[in-house]
Amino acid sequence: MTTTHAVSGVESSPPPDSDTVIDVRDLRMRYRTQEVLKGVDFTARRGEVVVLLGPNGAGKTTTIEILEGFRMRSAGDVTVLGTDPARGDERWRARLGIVLQSWRDHGKWRVRELLAHLGAYYAPYSTAQVQRPWDIDELLAAVGLTEQADKRISTLSGGQRRRLDVAVGIVGRPELLFLDEPTTGLDPEARNEFHDLVRGLANESTTVLLTTHDLAEAEKLADRILILAGGRIVADGSAEELSRRISAEATVRWTRDGQPYEESTAEPTRFVRRLFEEYGDAIGGLEVRRASLEDTYLTMVRELEAGKVPGEQAAHAFGSREEAR
Amino acid sequence: MSPVWYAARLGVRRGWTELRQTFTSGQDLFGYALWTALLMIPLFLAGDDPLKGAGISAGAFMLPSMVGMTLAFTGVMTTAQLLATEREDGTLLRAKAVPHGMVGLLVGKVIMVSGTALVSMALPFVAGLFLVDGVAQQGGGALLTLVWVIPLGLLATLPLGAILGSLINSPRTIGLLTLPVMGLVMISGIYFPLSKLPEWLQIIGQIFPVYWLGLGLRAALLPAGAVTAEVGESWRHLETAGALSAWAIVGLLLAPSVLRRMARRESGAAMAERYRKAMQRVV
Repeated sequence: MTTTHAVSGVESSPPPDSDTVIDVRDLRMRYRTQEVLKGVDFTARRGEVVVLLGPNGAGKTTTIEILEGFRMRSAGDVTVLGTDPARGDERWRARLGIVLQSWRDHGKWRVRELLAHLGAYYAPYSTAQVQRPWDIDELLAAVGLTEQADKRISTLSGGQRRRLDVAVGIVGRPELLFLDEPTTGLDPEARNEFHDLVRGLANESTTVLLTTHDLAEAEKLADRILILAGGRIVADGSAEELSRRISAEATVRWTRDGQPYEESTAEPTRFVRRLFEEYGDAIGGLEVRRASLEDTYLTMVRELEAGKVPGEQAAHAFGSREEAR
Repeated sequence: MSPVWYAARLGVRRGWTELRQTFTSGQDLFGYALWTALLMIPLFLAGDDPLKGAGISAGAFMLPSMVGMTLAFTGVMTTAQLLATEREDGTLLRAKAVPHGMVGLLVGKVIMVSGTALVSMALPFVAGLFLVDGVAQQGGGALLTLVWVIPLGLLATLPLGAILGSLINSPRTIGLLTLPVMGLVMISGIYFPLSKLPEWLQIIGQIFPVYWLGLGLRAALLPAGAVTAEVGESWRHLETAGALSAWAIVGLLLAPSVLRRMARRESGAAMAERYRKAMQRVV
């Protein structure tokens, strides 16, 4: 994480390179007297899957809605696909995909009919590189709705509806896709299919920003995880990097002659080798465990709630921020 | 073709699709049938009573008036209802997420509501012709009145509905408007001539488009002699055009900014909140 831009405020840092799809600096959001975002910083590069984690009310949805251009921010610099979302025009919008949680909208429409209709709005924005919209039959196959193509939307199951939501979100072949809690209410199988779909999109250089409460999902999908808590990004890195930041040590559990043992060590490989050198076949039930993303997440959020803000962010918070308002 | 025009054309297709859907959905078909049946009741009850001094029956007076009322009702209430519903269920947010999707949504809504209004007017009209005599028999020039009264009526009422639908916070609020609307119908000369009311009520009635649409439809569909039942014993074409145009201008001036303000405030979070509230009501 960079801290250089934290001091600048007035003179902005060098322009983001063309590979940067999202660039957020010192984003602040205030509702009446409550400050929800207190200086959020992060970037996302082309083709990256970035997962935004955080407790309820941390401002995940607010952040996404600001990036989508649906909500005006109080302060800070935000660039999405090279444009400030507050001034994004329809040409800019055509390059975004937004997966909304449907409820009962367009219930009388048939699946193919709605996708063809919504897709048609993207046709004027087709370019030599990006053919818009997505071919409807291919899209239906990609989200697994081929069999439901001619069904009324009101007759779809919850899982099918969520897949339709994703299809609507990507029908314009977006360069950047936003998903706010996309797998809520999906069964494990549908969730798996959805994960494959997202990974597939990222491989085609679509950038994905998604929020979730499911830590296993975050671990599985994310190139990078951001933890938003207390109005700031308190952690930014791959699941592995985050685990290492929280605890350098791994827990080793084993049994010797049926007796259970447990030991924390910074060098589990060496420790285990010694264990075998010393006791050989007497060792059983070996298990080496690093802190899971869940441990990491809970530790970070707990520390934050206890007022123990990580050093870097503390400087961030109490630095030269007042002038920004 | 500019993207806005292109989106408007998609909106026309959207409107047709949604209008067609009203003919295949049980709920909508029931709506058409119920409305037609409701309007037939007064014709059954008092249709054959003569309207004093006008040379027509009370039923003949009521039928075109009710067709005019249907236009006003559909234009304002259906537009408002649809807009509030589509805001709640996320249709609007989807349109916002698509390039020029709002253009398509609004054009679609205009087509769909106009089509619904025409169908809702035609059904009771045709049914009513079997019950009352003396309607739509003079033809010719009088019928031409429909050619300007109906489009002008839509122009006067749809923007009002859009404004109303933007201002209310839930489709259920529309229900609260039923009573005042019924009151308005009573003083709009739909079921009996306006001239039977005290003068101050006549003046209030003549402010709103319901009266003028009733008058316009009567002018088009009743025999010339029936004009004696009207205020000033005249069809008052000029005043009809003037009053409806005034409503149209006010509506068209206000609607864009009210709609824009409503759309701007629309977000996933706002929708999720409404979803939560609606679910609480269900449980």
